[in-house]
Amino acid sequence: MTSSGDTPGLSVSLSGRAAHRPAAEHPVKIGVTNLSFFYGDKRALHDISIDLRANVVTAFIGPSGCGKSTFLRTLNRMNDVIPRARVEGTVSIGGRDIYGADVDVVELRRRVGMVFQKSNPFPKSIFDNVAYGLRINGMVNSRSQLAEAVEKSLRGAALWDEVKDRLHDSAMALSGGQQQRLCIARALAVEPDVVLMDEPASALDPIATQRIEELIYQLKRDYTIVIVTHNMQQAARVSDTTAFFWLGKLIEVGPTATVFTSPREKLTEDYVTGRFG
Amino acid sequence: MSRTSRRKLLSAVFVGFCALSVLTALVPLAFVLFFVVSEGIQSLNVDFFTKMPKPVGETGGGMANAIVGTLMVTGLGSLFAVPIGILSGVYMSEYAGTRFAAAARFAADTLNGVPSIVIGVFAYGIAVLPFKQFSALAGGLALGIMMIPIIARTTEELLLLVPGTMREGALALGATRARAVFSVVLPSALPGIITGVVLALARIAGETAPLLFTAFSNRFFTTKLNQPVATLTVMVYTYAISPYKDWHRQAWAGALVLIFIVLICSLLARFATRRLEGMQAR
Repeated sequence: MTSSGDTPGLSVSLSGRAAHRPAAEHPVKIGVTNLSFFYGDKRALHDISIDLRANVVTAFIGPSGCGKSTFLRTLNRMNDVIPRARVEGTVSIGGRDIYGADVDVVELRRRVGMVFQKSNPFPKSIFDNVAYGLRINGMVNSRSQLAEAVEKSLRGAALWDEVKDRLHDSAMALSGGQQQRLCIARALAVEPDVVLMDEPASALDPIATQRIEELIYQLKRDYTIVIVTHNMQQAARVSDTTAFFWLGKLIEVGPTATVFTSPREKLTEDYVTGRFG
Repeated sequence: MSRTSRRKLLSAVFVGFCALSVLTALVPLAFVLFFVVSEGIQSLNVDFFTKMPKPVGETGGGMANAIVGTLMVTGLGSLFAVPIGILSGVYMSEYAGTRFAAAARFAADTLNGVPSIVIGVFAYGIAVLPFKQFSALAGGLALGIMMIPIIARTTEELLLLVPGTMREGALALGATRARAVFSVVLPSALPGIITGVVLALARIAGETAPLLFTAFSNRFFTTKLNQPVATLTVMVYTYAISPYKDWHRQAWAGALVLIFIVLICSLLARFATRRLEGMQAR
């Protein structure tokens, strides 16, 4: 817990500079090869291969039902709970196939955090929400260590100043935007390498959305971030790499500027210019 | 008559019917409460709570033994039924799609419909006959068996109402399935579950039939679990069918105390759920 040093917002040095390099120069964090996903007999994803790089924000865009959320959920095996769901292909994180027989799903999900579309704070206090993951994973040994880790996570999610005087109030009393940042803090607390975000700002007003986007920009110094979004302006603003999905297929992936201004595929162009979707 | 005014009239008629139905349903309740309170209050005094029943022919005395007995058997019943009921409810909601869960659900609904006297006979068979002894434990067992299906079904339904995103949030943080259920899903549903438990308690506190063969009755004060024990319901029953005027008055008082016990339980539960919801919501 104490080993990782600075709070994400303040760390400069290596990772700070790293963020300015082109995305393609960053090491591959998650390598996906020929991934297909089935809900029973229905095939939801077709042969997806993509490299997701460290300290880069990758955005998944595409019309509703194109499989981008399904794909995101294969990266921390959240789809495991769906009956009759089946995965083919490999997803390797840090060189290990996460669908391998020896993989501990619980440990995987600790390392690959997730933030959901609708903020889902537990009906507990603000403090207990952030402490939840630390406690269940046995990551702290003392109360002071716990308090320190909670503070660090809340600072990391740019929420500390707003809640520091009411840590023991219920999380349900926070505003929608604050609840979502609390969920981000909760995910950061367990020290993941990767943070998956499933339309994290779609239920928020423009000001709260802007705060989340600024936060994402800060977080990429320390984490690999994958964000699903319906909002193309948002993808353009926050991401370095954009992947366009259509009918369960990965149509195009590349630097965000390229995908939005001079895409290779006609489909991508039609979508980003608003001709369908 | 114009179209709008006809629609307004129809609407008023339906609302009127609804109100009338509510009134009809409330009338018996009001009468029962009125009679129990007005009759019971006359023989309710300190003696009723502190003294033992007097032998036939002597007036006065109280039902201290039965009040304690009712608390004992309902307490034992809850002790037995609350954990089993809640855990069964968790199973039925967690494995909702499985055959075993469907069978359990059907069994719970059937058990809920079994006449209470049959459950009394069953408890007699397994908890009285082998020991050749009526006991508070046997009474608690009979009442517990009646509580289990109510608690299990309430728990199941309330757990299914907890948004799936709550569970996913816990899983995404590295919680195991059991951990997610017991540390997040179940606590979210807890206020409702407490209400369900109290409703079950209120229902069984008024049961007489299952206690006739199990806890039986006792003219003396006891807190021993392996001894027969008097309960308010059985006392009310015995006293009400007796030929003595004084016993009839005591029976009314017993009924009133029983209603109060249930009322106090409900109020405590209401208070507890309010506090819980308060802690969770703001």
